[in-house]
Amino acid sequence: MATEEHGSGLAIHPMDQFVVKPLFGDGPIEWYTPTNVTLWMGIAVLAMVALLVLSTRRRAIVPSRGQSVAELFYGFIHKMVEDVAGHEGLKFFPYIMTLFMFVFLSNMLGLIPMSFTTTSHIAVTAVLALLVFLTVTLVGFYRKGIGFLSMFWVSSAPLVLRPILAVIELISYFVRPLSHSIRLGGNLMAGHAVIKVFAGFAGAMGIASVVPIAAIAAIYGLELLVAAVQAYVFTILTCVYLRDAVGDAHH
Amino acid sequence: MEGEVAQLALMGKYIGAGLATIGLGGAGIGVGHIAGNFLAGALRNPSAAPGQMANLFVGIAFAEALGIFSFLIALLLMFAV
Repeated sequence: MATEEHGSGLAIHPMDQFVVKPLFGDGPIEWYTPTNVTLWMGIAVLAMVALLVLSTRRRAIVPSRGQSVAELFYGFIHKMVEDVAGHEGLKFFPYIMTLFMFVFLSNMLGLIPMSFTTTSHIAVTAVLALLVFLTVTLVGFYRKGIGFLSMFWVSSAPLVLRPILAVIELISYFVRPLSHSIRLGGNLMAGHAVIKVFAGFAGAMGIASVVPIAAIAAIYGLELLVAAVQAYVFTILTCVYLRDAVGDAHH
Repeated sequence: MEGEVAQLALMGKYIGAGLATIGLGGAGIGVGHIAGNFLAGALRNPSAAPGQMANLFVGIAFAEALGIFSFLIALLLMFAV
């Protein structure tokens, strides 16, 4: 397809959608420049406030539609934190709820055509994952003191294996923020790039472009699933990591 | 001579990035193995299945993480080296 365009690439370059642009003018991007990332993060936060605060302002025994949705999210995350991180982990429920809603709404808002997916940038997800990593490490040392390090000394293994296991556990502990952030960013970036690749085919194929357009519709459905599942996975992994820090000693 | 070396390095970069994507196949095998075994277990004892959904997703996430590292290496080769 479109072999004549190989020099300049496809008509719609799949990576163009991830370019960070300033909102006003096209000057250099400083740390304070409002960009499309700022805009869509702001929209995600506003959507979160609208869903969770405004819709529960007038609470009723028989909930309104907005209140039902908010209660659904609240109950779902509350149960997850209690099941995975344990009863002690419930102290961190506000943080985990915020994290889930932000990631979920960013993923979903990013699926609106012509919008910008903030969570497809490793920089954004890396900050979220590093905050989780720092929280878990600091809370672990605060609550368990030096005993937190016993997590790396697997006492159920034979004594000969323990030093080797300690090294492996230490490495796997420090790659956590890396895999945590790249999983979310990579999944979303790959999905959106696939949609744009098919859109490029649709532009180049004339009447036969019905096929790629149907494929885009199918992939879009898959992307809705990916957006929800990745937000869920990001949150549940946060709970799993938190269990190490606040969980029982025998765990 | 200088140009040829640069061309060769570019070629190696692209071949390396392509080879790194083979790792995704391993992640595919791992995720499929977990999901398939979950389904096999869930069909034997459907009443216990809903309680294990969280474990299923955590297992899939850990298996997927190793495939993501190969994706990371492909990205590093393409954009950072």
